[in-house]
Amino acid sequence: MGETTSHVARLLRRLTDFREFMLLVIIIGACVGLALRSPVFLTVDNLLAVLLSVSIESIVAIGMTILLVSGGFDLSVGSAVALSGAAAAMALTAGWPVPLAVGTGLGVGALGGFCNGIVIAWLRINPFITTLAMMQILRGLLLAITKGKNISGLPDSFNMIGQGALWGIQYPIIIALVLILIGDVFLRYSRFFRQNYYIGGNERAAILSGIRVNRMKIFNYTLTGLLAGLAGVIMTARLGSATVTAGAYLELRVISAVIIGGASLAGGEGTVLGAFLGSLLMALIVNALTLLGIDIYWNTLVIGSTLLIAVLIDTLGKARQGQL
Amino acid sequence: MGETLLSVRGVTRRFPGVRALDHVDLEVRTGEVHALVGENGAGKSTLMNILGGVLSPDEGRIELAGRPVRFHDAHEAGQAGVAVVFQELSLVPNLSIAENIFANRQPTLAGGFVHRARLEADAQRLLELFQLALPPGRLVKHLSPAHAQLVEILKAISQRPRLLILDEPTSSLSGVETQLLFDNIRRMKLEGVSIIYISHHLPEVFAVADRVTVLRDGRRVATREVSEVDEETLVRLMVGRELSNVYGRREGEIGEELLRVEGATREPAFRDVTFSLRRGEIVGLAGLVGAGRTELGRAIFALERWQKGELYLEGRRLSLRDAHQAIAHHVGYLTEDRKAQGLFPRMSVRDNVIAPSLSRFARRLGWMSDRAATRFAEECRGMLSIATPSVLRRVAHLSGGNQQKVLFSAWTGIAPRVLIVDEPTRGVDVGARSDLYAYLRRLAGSGVGILLISSDLLEILGLSDRILVMREGRLVAEFGREEAGEEAIIAAATGVTAAAS
Ligand SMILES: Nc1ncnc2c1ncn2[C@@H]1O[C@H](COP(=O)(O)OP(=O)(O)OP(=O)(O)O)[C@@H](O)[C@H]1O
Ligand SMILES: [Mg+2]
Repeated sequence: MGETTSHVARLLRRLTDFREFMLLVIIIGACVGLALRSPVFLTVDNLLAVLLSVSIESIVAIGMTILLVSGGFDLSVGSAVALSGAAAAMALTAGWPVPLAVGTGLGVGALGGFCNGIVIAWLRINPFITTLAMMQILRGLLLAITKGKNISGLPDSFNMIGQGALWGIQYPIIIALVLILIGDVFLRYSRFFRQNYYIGGNERAAILSGIRVNRMKIFNYTLTGLLAGLAGVIMTARLGSATVTAGAYLELRVISAVIIGGASLAGGEGTVLGAFLGSLLMALIVNALTLLGIDIYWNTLVIGSTLLIAVLIDTLGKARQGQL
Repeated sequence: MGETLLSVRGVTRRFPGVRALDHVDLEVRTGEVHALVGENGAGKSTLMNILGGVLSPDEGRIELAGRPVRFHDAHEAGQAGVAVVFQELSLVPNLSIAENIFANRQPTLAGGFVHRARLEADAQRLLELFQLALPPGRLVKHLSPAHAQLVEILKAISQRPRLLILDEPTSSLSGVETQLLFDNIRRMKLEGVSIIYISHHLPEVFAVADRVTVLRDGRRVATREVSEVDEETLVRLMVGRELSNVYGRREGEIGEELLRVEGATREPAFRDVTFSLRRGEIVGLAGLVGAGRTELGRAIFALERWQKGELYLEGRRLSLRDAHQAIAHHVGYLTEDRKAQGLFPRMSVRDNVIAPSLSRFARRLGWMSDRAATRFAEECRGMLSIATPSVLRRVAHLSGGNQQKVLFSAWTGIAPRVLIVDEPTRGVDVGARSDLYAYLRRLAGSGVGILLISSDLLEILGLSDRILVMREGRLVAEFGREEAGEEAIIAAATGVTAAAS
């Protein structure tokens, strides 16, 4: 009996060390508060709407988390989402079957990521500059190919991917949750993905420990591109059309979420679950503002402040523990 | 000798799970060289961090020249005349030597522009103190650890301090450079500068210090005149037990050839190097800093490309493409540069020791087993008595010598056949050093071939079955266990033959 209580106490102490746990507490607190203020909040429809709004970003956030953990990051994901969505849409309008069109979208995303990886790993150009360039190259490509026009009139069998539902839950939510679960478990427990913590912790020491850093980097950027491609396909299917402005500022929202979720730009830290909770928190804040009838134009300001406050709390916490 | 310059009374400092300093007293006189010795984790660096304004004490008083002081940051300590050379270097890699030496104190022209010419001339004058033929404009990231260490020392000297603190300044220096440092210490002493000198090499203490204070487990156990103690007494005070025959004795027989290097060349670091290493043999590789020993070790471990030459392992020719392949062949390399290339400072002791052998701790489908990893980490902690409250603690929070032990034990995890160790005992205390030596002996006894790169001649002489000497990138001499002597090795390493002198 006494043993169990001490177990519980230990578990609690361990849990409070985790960013995920803190976020979860904040999120539940926010939910309770919102439920009390607004009767609409706790309806299934509203909750699903919140989840749906983060599903596409969360898919990209999986890749971004892996990148931040390994000491990199990617500004080009927003453009990659848009370009791969458009690529799938163009394939469809050219009469290609749906699976092939989806494959095209994924392929375009992965290819963009692969290029990032090659430039960063082999040519040793820093990730900020490389992906800043790639962000404009991909967006530029999209504009040049589409001449700035949206592509619509996509077949229903394709739009199903973004609009269909299983037991009332939209496919994008299901896809995102499944991928987050897989991503989180792999990054936490698999030998292959754990190598990223070493690369982010000290790249030279990782090389010396026999970790093939360049290969990992290329893999990571390709994976992130692939996930952005998937996000692009889902987004296009959900809207029923590909737009040239799709995914604007997505990279900044995703990076913010990942950092709120416990990753740091210095590398070596972060989890997929944390990143998802970070996205969720930001979505809840937006939802709260809407439900409380606050002007939508305040959203961006609030999100930015959230990011700053999250990082500040983290830094202060570490300073208190003498970890800086 | 002069009056008291620094007086530390009852200083205490705690960290989670450890009391790093426990009511420590220390008194340093004007113009005195005061050595501070003690085991890894005894609290030496913590005390110096407090004197240098980096940490603040939980309790206690500090007086400088009779006045109580309390530094809030390193800048205040500097203003009061205290300069510290920290154990871990704190240079900015992307700035030049001159800019590093005069960080924040650059001579300026009107309008606040840096006076480049004067900056470099001032730096040049300082470099000459150590007879360093380095251009002051060279970037620090291109310096060897030894040269970086000297630049760090010059940075402190250039502040013209009243109290100079040197925390293991010789850990990356060779004999010649150490002598130059001693000359400078003696010169400053004559100018009335007080010096606190921390080292794990007791002969250095006897060579340069006037008095010595011993710390153990955060407590001061003794302060003595150096002339009144001998090495055994000091070791007993530090370790609390007698140490005899630290280098141990060979276990087992030397077997057949394990590793052979033929005609290895990588200009300008080394050329035409040929040697072999046998099963169970410890081969010492001696030479001056910059002789190409580290580069050779790194090349065997496939961290550097070879321009020419062949590598044979157990008679089979190998061409290793990266460290990953070297490790797969059970070849390990312990780097001399633990901070930049060795450790993952923000990761736990456990995650550090499993780094080179991750796959060993993965079960089916590549799932990591935390339990196996923790078990291995606990083994390492026990084997080398790594001082840490838990193996889950971040490596950055361990003392320098304990970090070195973590790095060392990581390589035991790959079940090495050939182990290249580059300055394996850098910063490790005398007691732990004998544990490390015993461990190397045991490895050799089980058939591992060990290539020992070290600037510590006694270590090379004490452990090696055979000694190779490198000079300017070439192997210039080979000695058997019996024929090797300190003079012969130094002569070969410097190229000054006994006959010529
Ligand atoms: N920032 C920190 N956080 C937690 N513990 C610390 C920190 N700094 C030092 N310690 C602990 O304080 C103790 C004393 O460490 P310190 O670095 O002063 O030892 P040292 O005598 O300099 O050892 P070495 O000879 O290995 O350099 C050690 O147990 C160390 O783990
Ligand atoms: Mg120390």
